[in-house]
Amino acid sequence: MSEEKNDIQKENEDKPRKKVSQGRRDALKAMVAVPVLGAMAYGVYQKKKTELNNRNAAEMFRFKSDPAAYVPTTSDAPVLRLGIIGYGIRGKLLMQALGFATPAYIENLKEQGRINSEDTRYRDFLEQEDLRIEITGVCDIFDVYAEDAIRAGSNIYREGENGRYGREPKRYLNYKELLAAPDVDAVVIATPDHWHGTMAMDAVRAGKHVYVEKPLTWTVPETYALRSVVKDNPHLIFQLGHQNRQIEAYERARQIIEKGLLGKITLIETGTNRNDPNGAWVYPIHEKASRSTIDWKQFEGEPERIKEYMDYMTSAGLTKYVGPESREKFSLERFFRWRCWWDYSTGLSGDLLTHEYDAMNQILNLGIPSSASSSGGVYFFKDGRTVPDVLQTVFEYRDKDLTMLYSATLANQFKRSRKIMGHDATMEVGNTLTVTVDPRTEQYRQKIEQGIIKPGEPFYTYVPGQSVDAVSSATERYFLERGLLYSFIGGKRYNTTFLHLKEWIDCIRTGKQPSCGIDQGFEEAITAHMGTRAYLEGRTMYWDKDNELITRE
Amino acid sequence: MKRVSQYSKLQLYALFTLRVFIGWYFLYEGLAKVFTPNWSAYGYLIDSKGFFAPFFLQLAENPAMLSAVNFINTWGLTLVGLSLILGLFTKAGYMGAILFLLMFYLSHPPLLYAAYILPTEGSYLWIDKNLIMLVAVLVLMLFPTSRIIGFDSLLTRKKHELS
Repeated sequence: MSEEKNDIQKENEDKPRKKVSQGRRDALKAMVAVPVLGAMAYGVYQKKKTELNNRNAAEMFRFKSDPAAYVPTTSDAPVLRLGIIGYGIRGKLLMQALGFATPAYIENLKEQGRINSEDTRYRDFLEQEDLRIEITGVCDIFDVYAEDAIRAGSNIYREGENGRYGREPKRYLNYKELLAAPDVDAVVIATPDHWHGTMAMDAVRAGKHVYVEKPLTWTVPETYALRSVVKDNPHLIFQLGHQNRQIEAYERARQIIEKGLLGKITLIETGTNRNDPNGAWVYPIHEKASRSTIDWKQFEGEPERIKEYMDYMTSAGLTKYVGPESREKFSLERFFRWRCWWDYSTGLSGDLLTHEYDAMNQILNLGIPSSASSSGGVYFFKDGRTVPDVLQTVFEYRDKDLTMLYSATLANQFKRSRKIMGHDATMEVGNTLTVTVDPRTEQYRQKIEQGIIKPGEPFYTYVPGQSVDAVSSATERYFLERGLLYSFIGGKRYNTTFLHLKEWIDCIRTGKQPSCGIDQGFEEAITAHMGTRAYLEGRTMYWDKDNELITRE
Repeated sequence: MKRVSQYSKLQLYALFTLRVFIGWYFLYEGLAKVFTPNWSAYGYLIDSKGFFAPFFLQLAENPAMLSAVNFINTWGLTLVGLSLILGLFTKAGYMGAILFLLMFYLSHPPLLYAAYILPTEGSYLWIDKNLIMLVAVLVLMLFPTSRIIGFDSLLTRKKHELS
């Protein structure tokens, strides 16, 4: 530094007359790089201009309103007293979503968290909102499950073994006793399909609010009966367990279609692909399960329902699908893997098609189809089941000029997206939405010619809380396509089952109607029954809209 | 430090060009983030691999830390870019550049078996362009040019005049 100072001083002494021009030269030298900034500004301006054009092109996909904000339960909300009927695989998940788990389950979560620091399920469970509910009654016909349900219900502090517990819920041996209990305001029903309708009807008649797992019903006649019982008691809140109603992307999909951005829709493709025994309903058989720990008589079903089932199967010549074992014969396989037999099950239609249908009904207001045709068979799991493991059902909506295809296999896990196909674009619907413009579109022809839209490539993507379009950076799209973005957007990610139960509980407190009430449930059940009957009878089934009847022609 | 005027013209222009180009790179990285609504480093951070990955993941998971990281990235890159191009406060600019590049390198080290979601535009083993640029900045720091071409020259002159 001092050397430099001397240098400058020396220079000044030597050439005093050149002082001014030297200073000017120094200033110029200092600023020599300033034009670089000009170049950068010009480049950025040009880039922004192109982006703005593209952004305007994607503007039509933008939503004016934000999704409804999450409203937490207030600490002064009245405590709701719940009864749980059925604490099997789904019942456990429902109770966990309500904030109740067995100490053993919590110990396991803690352990998993210790092994893998990225496993935050224990912390998430502790942080899960208190819905201000009390489990006052439980009913399961398998002793082990019933005792687990009691432990979960009393584990109000969400602690592990040797923790503090609250009051134990009362165990009822028969669900009718639980429904008669005065300290139960509402019930959650998660039993095998052949009990859904009966228990839901009995619960409403007993003055309880009802959350019942899908599918709504097992037989066709009980579908009408349940609808009228629920409609006669509008003060009781009824919710069918299609938790996918809570997926934010579906609401956005509905808005996109309402705006006509896909053009005329003629085909919807949905399906299920699973490839493991659990997914094919080969559930584990509990080691403590036996004649003495299971109330088989109650498992068999309500006589009136069984009669409806047998009447239909006999009159339609379908007795080969009944059994093969007699209903009275105790069977651990049939108890734990009941989905494999029509005697208790609604098959792929009731278990998985209903989710797909309900998603599309939510997005497109489909209603009941005009006809259904099905095919498939027991092609892989030749374990004595009567319910097919491969099923294709085609629903026609004549008044809407569209077809909905459902295609399922339980012996392959290839990822097939749900597609809503319009004349102008195709939308893939999942937790995210992707719109791909059709090369033969008319609506977007100009934009394709201008080079703004590349047909055949995803043009617009929606991730909960964020729109990503043609303008988004490659990085953003990369992460998005791999589903990595949505855990941070909006700050928090909720379990849809939790949200669906919370909606029901909120409605009980406010008197509002939930999103999957009896009308949506009726449409779901009839649609699934049409698909099932089409499969069983091997012919197309029709819906007589005026008389509300499933017919054969 | 050696006297700056010892460079030949060619050496000076080469160093100056390198400085401006690296500055350009930083400035545009910064501006691109300034102009991207809701830009976040989240995706980049959670894609971190290697020895320091837990640290970067922690930054991503903590909302307060993440917003600090986003702010520092956006404006830090912009300021470093301006500093290098204009030759103003270059010492701070170089330090900033080295710090950023070090973080980029440590969060995404080109390890033998690390597979990143983000695609790279080349093939790397242990040494990547971040590390090379880091060394280039180090060279620029050791061979300063801003007091000859850059606003720092005015600052030093002012200091001289005051003294």
